Amino acid sequence: MKVLVTVKEVAEADDDFAIEGTDIAESDLEYDLNEWDDYAVEAAVQLAEAGIADEVVAVTVGPERAEETIRMALAKGADRAVRVWDDALDGGFADVASKVELFEAVVDEEEPDLILGGVQAADTGFGATGVALAERIGFEHAAVVNHLDVDADAGVAHVHRELEGGVEELTDVDLPAVLTVQTGLNEPRYASLRGIRQAQRKEIAAKDLSDLGLTADDVESALTVTGMYEPESESDAEIIEGDAGESAGRLAEVLREKGVSA
Amino acid sequence: MSDVLVAAEHRRGTLRDVSYEAITAGRELADARGGDLHVAVVGGDVDGFAEDLNRDGVDAIHTVDDGEEFDHNAYQAAVSTLADRIDAGAVVLPNSVNGLDYAPALAEALAVPIVTDAVGIDYDGGLTVTREMYGSKVETTVDVAGDRFVLTVRGGEWPPADGVGDATVEAADVDIPESGARVTGFEEVGGGDVDIADADVLVSVGRGIEEEENLELVEELADALGATLSASRPIVDNGWLPKNRQVGQSGKVVTPDVYIAVGISGAVQHVAGMKGSDTIVAINTDPNAPIFDIADYGIVGDLFDVVPELIDEFA
Repeated sequence: MKVLVTVKEVAEADDDFAIEGTDIAESDLEYDLNEWDDYAVEAAVQLAEAGIADEVVAVTVGPERAEETIRMALAKGADRAVRVWDDALDGGFADVASKVELFEAVVDEEEPDLILGGVQAADTGFGATGVALAERIGFEHAAVVNHLDVDADAGVAHVHRELEGGVEELTDVDLPAVLTVQTGLNEPRYASLRGIRQAQRKEIAAKDLSDLGLTADDVESALTVTGMYEPESESDAEIIEGDAGESAGRLAEVLREKGVSA
Repeated sequence: MSDVLVAAEHRRGTLRDVSYEAITAGRELADARGGDLHVAVVGGDVDGFAEDLNRDGVDAIHTVDDGEEFDHNAYQAAVSTLADRIDAGAVVLPNSVNGLDYAPALAEALAVPIVTDAVGIDYDGGLTVTREMYGSKVETTVDVAGDRFVLTVRGGEWPPADGVGDATVEAADVDIPESGARVTGFEEVGGGDVDIADADVLVSVGRGIEEEENLELVEELADALGATLSASRPIVDNGWLPKNRQVGQSGKVVTPDVYIAVGISGAVQHVAGMKGSDTIVAINTDPNAPIFDIADYGIVGDLFDVVPELIDEFA
């Protein structure tokens, strides 16, 4: 079977950052592979190693800069990659439907049996693309999967979905399916030096809208970010000042007052 | 068109709190849109649930008697059919694990935009949603084009609806197509030797500890204070501590006398599990970490400097 794994290069804000307009200043952002997607890549690669997946294809939506991130997925064991980008996507805030439009076009070309992606992106935190994509392409789905066992012969994925409050739901999902992967599903590997070398030779196919048979109208976003600000601190914490020794001393007093003692 | 449809959520026989909170958010939206507030409840003891959901401000309750537990297929079919039938332009759902298992598919099927994880809404001819980005470091306002949409609301951001309403209750006939995803059971996780929910004092460790070897330091602190050791999600994801030590939305909810957060930034999922603690102490290098918003006492500093000193104080 063929596994498509969706990965995103996410932006993380430095501890100190400035807001310029409706986004954080570019100089205060660092880019990395989305944490949730790292688990999805690992799950896909493990399926390949177990002989269940014949091919693992990583797909991302992002500018040229994102090649570094998608190459990490290749270094960890994905066979090849597709990177979708177009000037029409630059600058705006892509809504879920636009991303679904792009991924649908890639799915039409790749015809995967299983699509894995992270539960959410660390930067925007929407948590919606995978389930919406499943609806569009007629796949089954399960969100927030923290245990995965694929029975390819039976065409079923046995999954656990991590509900709130320490309860997991056990679900059988017919393939083809989209599964959104929760952190903790597995232990994502570090790319080996050999993997990193091999990744340099693996294909990253760049595709723009016309390559996918789409136009700018297909990815017009219904959402506009109109403001960004730092939330007002609601803190009424007593911040204990001083060097480590002084502050620990004062904290010890507070804790003793609260009845803490060995 | 101006009406609002909220779908309730229940698990194993009980309505979840976020259902009542979504009703409050839905009512706010219905008032601004000049419409009625409808509530759908799908599966389980729908008649009993309908009685509980009949709170102030609810105009109509629609029950769909199908199955016992959450099934995304049934929920999507029921909410989609009802939204069409009553012409509700706005659908409001909990931003829960189950909410996110069907809300995006529902929006796609209805061909309307979706905004998830709202912490605030403003409606003035069009919807503006307040939501966080960049791991809660900023809030954004997002304008939604058009006046039809699916919105999911974060738990704990709206007060639960209360009182007794005078809603009509009607059993709705909905075609539920056969599902390709079948729930076969539930599993409680996190049993084991220790119940962190019983502890009076918790020393809780997060990502700031950096390496598994460094856990010794917080274990030593817990010993010195006569406290129990707990953790935030990344520590458990890494396999450094077992799941029964995890505090937060997907772990345990704890309410100790004293909760000492060491190297924990305070993501909303973590805070949901410990905000009820009597006294909260936070030690973190980042002065902007959200954990300080709910802390009673804070030390902005390196845990590797502060914790050894604190251990000495109690040695």
